[in-house]
Amino acid sequence: MAESSEVKLLGTWWSPFAMRSRIALNIKHVNYAFVDENLLSKSELLLKSNSVHKKIPVLIHGDKPVCESLIIVQYIDDVWTSDPSILPSDPYDRATALFWAAYLDEKWFPALKGILFGQGEDAKKALVDQAVEALVLVEEAFGKCSKGKPFFGGDQIGYVDIAFGCFLAMIRVTEKFNDIKLLDQAKTPELVKWAERFCQHPAVNGVMPETEELAEYAEIAIVKMRDANPPKS
Amino acid sequence: MGESSEVKVVGAWTSPFVMRPRIALNIKNVNYSFVEENLAKKSELLLKSNPVYKKVPVLIHGDKPICESLVIVEYIDEAWSSGPSILPSDPYDRATAHFWATYINEKWPPAAQAIGLAKGEEAKKAAVESARAILAVMEGGFKQCSKGKAFFGGDRIGYVDIAFGSFLAWIRAREIVLDCKLLEPAHTPELVKWEVRFRQDPAVVGVMTDTDKLVEFAWSIIDKIRNVPTHLPK
Repeated sequence: MAESSEVKLLGTWWSPFAMRSRIALNIKHVNYAFVDENLLSKSELLLKSNSVHKKIPVLIHGDKPVCESLIIVQYIDDVWTSDPSILPSDPYDRATALFWAAYLDEKWFPALKGILFGQGEDAKKALVDQAVEALVLVEEAFGKCSKGKPFFGGDQIGYVDIAFGCFLAMIRVTEKFNDIKLLDQAKTPELVKWAERFCQHPAVNGVMPETEELAEYAEIAIVKMRDANPPKS
Repeated sequence: MGESSEVKVVGAWTSPFVMRPRIALNIKNVNYSFVEENLAKKSELLLKSNPVYKKVPVLIHGDKPICESLVIVEYIDEAWSSGPSILPSDPYDRATAHFWATYINEKWPPAAQAIGLAKGEEAKKAAVESARAILAVMEGGFKQCSKGKAFFGGDRIGYVDIAFGSFLAWIRAREIVLDCKLLEPAHTPELVKWEVRFRQDPAVVGVMTDTDKLVEFAWSIIDKIRNVPTHLPK
């Protein structure tokens, strides 16, 4: 698919996973049309483009759909080869970036989701401890990946910055609703500074939802989920 | 890390995930030493090389550890770039390969485990149906990736072949131990034919786990749980 073919992104304004694709496209200065899906009434286009998972985000490049947020980011990096690169070119650094992005999705995000949407104080406390412990590991990873520079990707935001940074608004909402600190100055000082730099980056600040707006939306989503799954007495 | 630095794979013969880096190294004709772990008593080397997950496989290239089986396969493809390619070079085909490898890697293990954990005939039947449904989707994936050729990777085995093929020994072992049909010609004809070709590939032949040995192993675990030796090794 040529660099110049039409690009569409199916997503939602609040989805951290859709944000990943948008940041990547912004880094590469690619023009695209954003289709804000209503997930309660998915479009024909979404159902046809991601028939296996029926989920957003989906990148449609020309007439070809690409699914799964991290796969989309890699695809964008492979197609639009102009600088800056999103993934490192060195095989070991690349493997390290892939490792940490997978860790965030498999180990960290489920804990965050559980804290935001979960019920039951004990279960939540366990998840908070898990999430904070995971962030201490991510802080160490930041040290190794950044090698003293401002981002996981070095001078420029890269794959792990995108993979993790997309969760920042959701982290703030979760901290606010539960009166906790996940990104803690005491335990993860480098990540706290990194978060500020990330949010101010030009590729990010147009697509990161405002914390207040996301909080309002999350509140409604939480209530809906509780009504659908009342806690067992 | 130079192509010529020492290569070690830390693994366990029962793990399907360990097969993946071994097949990839074979494709690239890379010599490596295999360190067989006792997962009940993990070595210092494993705990030091994979402090985050403490799991196998780990590839150690020179002094650098790489973890997570599919990340390792990609690393091997890039570090030994002169050998046959494991991932496609076309970005869209590459994204497609990543999609299907991720699909089977995320969906298959929990679905397969659920069959063994199901309590009662009805629950077991439902679990088997769910697992077969995943394989039916994978049959579609095969058609999309292979484009009429022998493997997901085309004329030669590639990333998705390795990701999915590594599960074959356990699939066949489960069918025997749990008395169910998962991969059969009536349901997924292309995958059944592909399995024969995959098992015969020179990069696979030496490392494909023996189904009978896995069956014995599975029974020994079940007997331990039930505390009754209902099956004795042949």
